[in-house]
Amino acid sequence: MNDLRDLYQEIILDHNKNPRNFKKLDDADRAAEGYNPLCGDHYWFYVKLDGEKIVDVGFHGAGCAISKSSASVMTSMAKGHTKDEFESVFQLFRSMITGESKFDEETLGKLAAFQGVCEHPSRVKCAILPWHTLHGALAGEAKATTE
Amino acid sequence: MASPAELLATPAATALDLARLRDDFPILSTKVHGRQLVYLDNAATSQKPRQVLERMRVYYEQENSNVHRGVHELSERATAAFEGARSRVRAFVNAKEVREIVFTRGTTESINLVAQSWGHANVRAGDEIVISTIEHHSNIVPWQMLCAATGATLRVIPVNDRGELELDAYRELLSAKTKLVAIGHVSNALGTINPVREMIAMAHSAGALVLVDGAQAVPHLRVDVQALDADFYVFSGHKMYGPTGIGILYGKAALLEAMPPWMGGGDMISSVTLERSTWNVIPYKFEAGTPNIADAIGLAAAIDYLESAGIENVEAWEHELLAYATAKLSAVPGLRLVGTAANKAAVISFVLDSAHPHDIGTIVDQEGVAIRTGHHCAQPAMNRFGVPATARASFALYNTKDEVDALVRAIEHVVEIFG
Repeated sequence: MNDLRDLYQEIILDHNKNPRNFKKLDDADRAAEGYNPLCGDHYWFYVKLDGEKIVDVGFHGAGCAISKSSASVMTSMAKGHTKDEFESVFQLFRSMITGESKFDEETLGKLAAFQGVCEHPSRVKCAILPWHTLHGALAGEAKATTE
Repeated sequence: MASPAELLATPAATALDLARLRDDFPILSTKVHGRQLVYLDNAATSQKPRQVLERMRVYYEQENSNVHRGVHELSERATAAFEGARSRVRAFVNAKEVREIVFTRGTTESINLVAQSWGHANVRAGDEIVISTIEHHSNIVPWQMLCAATGATLRVIPVNDRGELELDAYRELLSAKTKLVAIGHVSNALGTINPVREMIAMAHSAGALVLVDGAQAVPHLRVDVQALDADFYVFSGHKMYGPTGIGILYGKAALLEAMPPWMGGGDMISSVTLERSTWNVIPYKFEAGTPNIADAIGLAAAIDYLESAGIENVEAWEHELLAYATAKLSAVPGLRLVGTAANKAAVISFVLDSAHPHDIGTIVDQEGVAIRTGHHCAQPAMNRFGVPATARASFALYNTKDEVDALVRAIEHVVEIFG
C-alpha cells in the first residue's frame, strides 16, 4: 500500500476535502474553463489582477481528488505572485509531474505532495488540468482541455 | 497470491466448470502491481480464451490467403473458413439467411453503416429518429449526424430513477413521423436489459423500423433476431470472448437489398467499367475491400466457446454474481448504486460519497482489481443521474464470488483512505 500513500498523501486528501479558494470571483478580470473529457474533471478558474500581480484567484467545479487538490494547492501558491512567477512554478510543476526532471523537496515545497502522480500516467492529466487552465486564463484563453 | 483453487474457494452454484473455464483464459493468471488480476471490466472488452487465440493462429499458419479471389487451395481454405464464420454467426443469432450477416469492424461501424446507407436513402426533413437517454455514444452520434444532414429530428425516450426506459413516454413518441428506433438491448453504463421485443412490436405498429445495439447483450443472454423481429441487430466480437476489429450487422434481407452501398471498392461490385459499376449481392455489397478474415474466424471460435459453456448457464451464473455483488456493495457505507433496474445484466455502476470514481479506479487497481471509471461513453446517462462519472464493475462467465469479495475489500480500502 506504500504506492497508494505516495499518491494519496495527507496534503492531497486534506485539500480534496477542504479545497482552498473554492469560490467564484464575481469581479474576476480573467476566467477560464478546464475540462478533462476522459474522466469528467471540470473546473472554472477566476483571477483578479492588479497589473502583473495575481491578487485573488478562485475556482469551482468537480473532479477527482488529484485534480481538486492540485487546483487548491495551485491557487494557494499563485495568490500574491506575479504572472511570471506563476509561469515559472507551472513549468517546474509540469516537468515534475511528467517525470522529466527530479527536484529536491525544498524547491518543490507543497508541490512535492504530487511527486507520486508521475508513477500513474493515467492521472497526470488530472494533476495538470488546473495548471493548464489557470495558465490559459492568464494568457487570455477561455478554455483548456487535457486532450 | 491466490491460486485458482483458492480463488474458487466459495462453492459456486453453477453448471459451469469455473476452474476449467478460467484455465482457458491465460491472462487471468496475470499479476498486476504484484497482485492477482481480478478482471471486472468485461463490458469494455472481455478476455479471450485459448481456443480463440489458437484458431486464429492456425488460420495464419495454415490457411492465410485472400478470400473470394483466387482459385488456389489456400484461398479456398480461407474463403471456406471465412464464410463458415458467417454461417456460425447466423446460427448464433438465429437469422433466417446467411446473407443477412454483414461483417464490419464492430458495433460502431455497424450503426454508422445503417445511418449512412439506410439513413440517407430513407430519412427526410421532418422525419424522426427515436433513441433513449441511456444509449452508448455510438448509438447517439451517428443519428445526430444523420439528423443534421437530413433535417430529421432526434427524439429521446426518458428513463426512470432505476434506469428503466419509460415505455408510456416511448409510446407517446412514436408516430407516423418515426422512421427508426435505435435502442440498446443492454445498457453498458447501467446494466438495464431493455424490453426490446415489446419495443420493437410497438415501433412496428407505428410503421417504424428498429435497430438494436446488442453489443452488451450477446455475451450474456440468448439473442434470437427472428423472435425479436429486429430489423437491424448489431454487435462486436471483442465483448463476447472474440477478437477486436470484428463486428456484425444483421439486417433483414429485404432491407439490406434495398440499401445503397456505403463504401466502394473491391469485392462489393458485380462489374466495373470506367463509366459505371454495378453492385454485388448482399452481404458482399457492404464488404468493400479485404475483410478482417482472421478475426471473423476468431469470432466464430468465440461463439463455439460461448455455446459450449452454454449461454443459459452463463446467464444464470452472471445473474448470481450480480445478486451477490449487489448485496455486498450495497452494504458499503456511502456507496450508491446507479442503475437498479428490475431486469439487469451483470453490470454494476456505483459512486461513493467520499471518493471520485477516478480515485476509486486507481486505488482498486493497486489491489489488482480492474474496473472501469468514467462516463462509459454514455454522458447523457450520467447527466440523467446527476453524476459526472461512475465506477463500474462488469462480469463475465469466468468471474467468481471471491473476485467480488476482492472488489469489495478494495472499495473498503478506498473508504478507509478517503474517510
